Amino acid sequence: MHLMTGLALKDLHKYYGSVVAVQNVNLHIPHGRFVCFLGPSGCGKTTLLRLIAGLEQPTRGRILLDSSDITDQPAHRRNFGMVFQSLALFPHLSVGENIAYSLRVRKVENPMRQRRIDELLELVRLPGYSGRHISQLSGGQRQRVAIARALAIEPRLFLLDEPLSALDAKLREDMQLELRMLQQRLQITTIVVTHDQREAMTMSDLIVVMGTDNQVHQMGTPLEIYREPADTFVADFIGTSNLLQGFYSGDREAAVLGKTLKIESVPEGLASGSEITISVRPEDISILPGAREGENCLHGIVTFVRDVGSSVEIYLDCDGFQIISQSTPQRRPPVKQKDAATAVLPPAACKVLTS
Amino acid sequence: MNRALRNLFLTLTLLFLLSPIAVVGGVSLNATKILVFPPQGLSLTWYSELFTESSWLIPIKNSLIIATFSSLVAISIALPLAYFLWRYRVFYARALFALGLSPFMLPPVITALGFLSFWATVGLYGQMTATIISHAIFFVTLPLVTISLGFESIDREIIEAAETMGANSKVVFRTVVFPLVRSYIVSGYAFCFVLSLNEYIVAYMVSGFTVETLPIKIFNALRYGYTPVMASVTVVFVLLAALIFGLIGRFGDLPRLLGAMTSENRNL
Amino acid sequence: MIGDKPKGLGDHLPIIYPAVMLGVFFIIPFGIMLTISFFKRQSGGFYTPTFDLHNYQNLFTPHFARVLVFSIFISALCAVISVAVGFPFTYFITRMRRKAQVVWLVMLISVLSLSAVIIGFAWSLILSQTAGISNFFVRLGLMAHPTSWSPSFWALLCGLCYVAFPYTVLVLYPPLSRLDPHLPEAAQTLGASPIKTFFTVVVGSLRGAIVASLVMVFAFTLGTYVLPQILGRPQHWTLSVLITDEAIYHSNLPLSAAMAVFFMLVSLALVALTMRIGKGRTVEHK
Repeated sequence: MHLMTGLALKDLHKYYGSVVAVQNVNLHIPHGRFVCFLGPSGCGKTTLLRLIAGLEQPTRGRILLDSSDITDQPAHRRNFGMVFQSLALFPHLSVGENIAYSLRVRKVENPMRQRRIDELLELVRLPGYSGRHISQLSGGQRQRVAIARALAIEPRLFLLDEPLSALDAKLREDMQLELRMLQQRLQITTIVVTHDQREAMTMSDLIVVMGTDNQVHQMGTPLEIYREPADTFVADFIGTSNLLQGFYSGDREAAVLGKTLKIESVPEGLASGSEITISVRPEDISILPGAREGENCLHGIVTFVRDVGSSVEIYLDCDGFQIISQSTPQRRPPVKQKDAATAVLPPAACKVLTS
Repeated sequence: MNRALRNLFLTLTLLFLLSPIAVVGGVSLNATKILVFPPQGLSLTWYSELFTESSWLIPIKNSLIIATFSSLVAISIALPLAYFLWRYRVFYARALFALGLSPFMLPPVITALGFLSFWATVGLYGQMTATIISHAIFFVTLPLVTISLGFESIDREIIEAAETMGANSKVVFRTVVFPLVRSYIVSGYAFCFVLSLNEYIVAYMVSGFTVETLPIKIFNALRYGYTPVMASVTVVFVLLAALIFGLIGRFGDLPRLLGAMTSENRNL
Repeated sequence: MIGDKPKGLGDHLPIIYPAVMLGVFFIIPFGIMLTISFFKRQSGGFYTPTFDLHNYQNLFTPHFARVLVFSIFISALCAVISVAVGFPFTYFITRMRRKAQVVWLVMLISVLSLSAVIIGFAWSLILSQTAGISNFFVRLGLMAHPTSWSPSFWALLCGLCYVAFPYTVLVLYPPLSRLDPHLPEAAQTLGASPIKTFFTVVVGSLRGAIVASLVMVFAFTLGTYVLPQILGRPQHWTLSVLITDEAIYHSNLPLSAAMAVFFMLVSLALVALTMRIGKGRTVEHK
């Protein structure tokens, strides 16, 4: 009996000649979760997905599923379901034949096969489309056929490579929710590659953030990643962050921008004098008019006020450094461009990053 | 203004392209044997002679047999070669591909001479088999290029999708690759067939004295005894080519077969 | 799956048969012809296997040189004309609606099905005195009396271009149909007239294809055998005619083989030269 321990990637590396695609990946993805691989283009997230699928062989490292090593198993034996960015629907087969492909390969006969096709079409809300031709479908419909096709054999892993990138914005948002609900209904371990952080935040149980160094920077729930970024890359990539570089003075104080900032939580064992970056989210910063003195106050001139209706952003120039603050319209600070103002950075909101 | 220029250009080119066919058509329908155009009096005698006289029927039969089988052999060589090159990009595959392109690039006379020497040495000079094989090699270039085009047009992710769904390479070939390449194979065969029917010099050099093909017969007729039946033969074969490719155009995607992008992969 | 390295006999299976076929039926005939070119011809049509450069020495006659030069000249001329007319023609075709394209393409392929013999016959008819197009011009009042324009240099050139034309179009069709339609549009928004757009953008981005088709038509026309005999006078007969003559009518297989080998080397050299020049121009393009 298989223990559903999930997917484990151990010390995974992939090089193409001397070019690094993926390095030092050690991950454990629990069974039944919705995971997003998130990162800028070229970070290796798609390569990582393809390694899991078996379409590429790792240069070093092992891949284990439910404790059995599948690294040397070719793609066609892994029993995963994959949706490609281009969807890769077979142009010479109908909708039903596309969906049934994996069943035919495994010699599943009718009427069971047709029953399964109809089941899947119901699942993706395209009932009765079995006989239609691919060229007759809209983008969103093709998307759903690709999903149905990948799920036909109830795969152990459901892999999707930028599945929604070809859809327009509204459809995209609808599909994000649909995918999420589908996954919850089927309780299938799902990995989605995306470069859109809003998408990742919306759909996932867990996010794996990869950086331009082709490594994994952090894995955690959307909230963890947002509130407790592991390093400056994650802090910067996810949402907006104010990143202030400086030194740890010891005793929960940091020397930043010529000022001393009080910090609430400090990483264990951080030595005095170490280089650190303080990360503060704009929504945690409050702006007061005029030059106020106080704990964690930075003085500056307002350079820009951006009112987008649901929120207000204020850009403050503090001695050449830009601080961005965000608040709701109801709490809008009474400042305008070129005013002198003070940014208050609460100690609890100052995250210390060492890398 | 540019529209008018374009149309003028196209019309002139069209006239250029069609005038020989018109002339030949006219001659084939001429009542008398005299070479004159436009035809004086219309008659189908030359067509009936074509289909009744054995001196014409035998060359027609020979040409059809040679065309049918040499095209088959050409495809049998081109398909695995194109497949192998598409699948594995090794240098010896590319070398063989270049070799496959060579017969068509060389002046036919040289290839014909080579075949002549070969078959004379081997002892099959004058046999139809020799002509069939010679034609197959001579024309292998066209199906090779066409079928390679077909393989290249297959989206790589479709193969990968099939793999993730459990298909090993044999199943992938049978269920995905072959159906997508099939139309290219058919058009490659059709090209080969049409060209073989009309090929003169290789057939002449290899077995021209014993196996009389249609072009050989026509050439002789032109030199030694002109008859309008030549023209009827031509009309029949042009119509045959138009029919074959018209059918491909009607039921297949001819522009794509000849290398155009479809509207789908244009957007990608 | 794609791009792997083949391992073992099973993986190599598809390529064994083509390799054997091409090896046995193409390389060997070639090799035989090459060796025969060194043989000495004896009377009666036989030849003794020796290594004799006599045949190659015989090539350096004024007659052979003249025929070689003429063959190269008329093939080059035909290539230039075919591509000059074929390129814009193919461009117009690729901009048409799909249905119209299919019609034109089927027509072109049907023209391709005409054998050289028939093409020669038809054009000799069109250009003849009694039944030809000059009669039509006389009736229009453009000419005084009908003349015979065949056989002649121009008749031969006409016939050669006619044969080359469909192949030119088929070779130019893929690259021209894949040309991004937004490129000419962009040029026009930047102020280029349609003619200027055509020459700077369309021709410019397809230089490689143009060179390739020039080379192809040149190589292809170089081998013409039938048309010079129908549409040309003896002084217009090309090298292929000469080679066949020696082989069949003079039963001098060694000499004709030597001619063929030499011919092949010259044409390969010219092709390589043209491609080198073509690549040189496209260097800054990439």
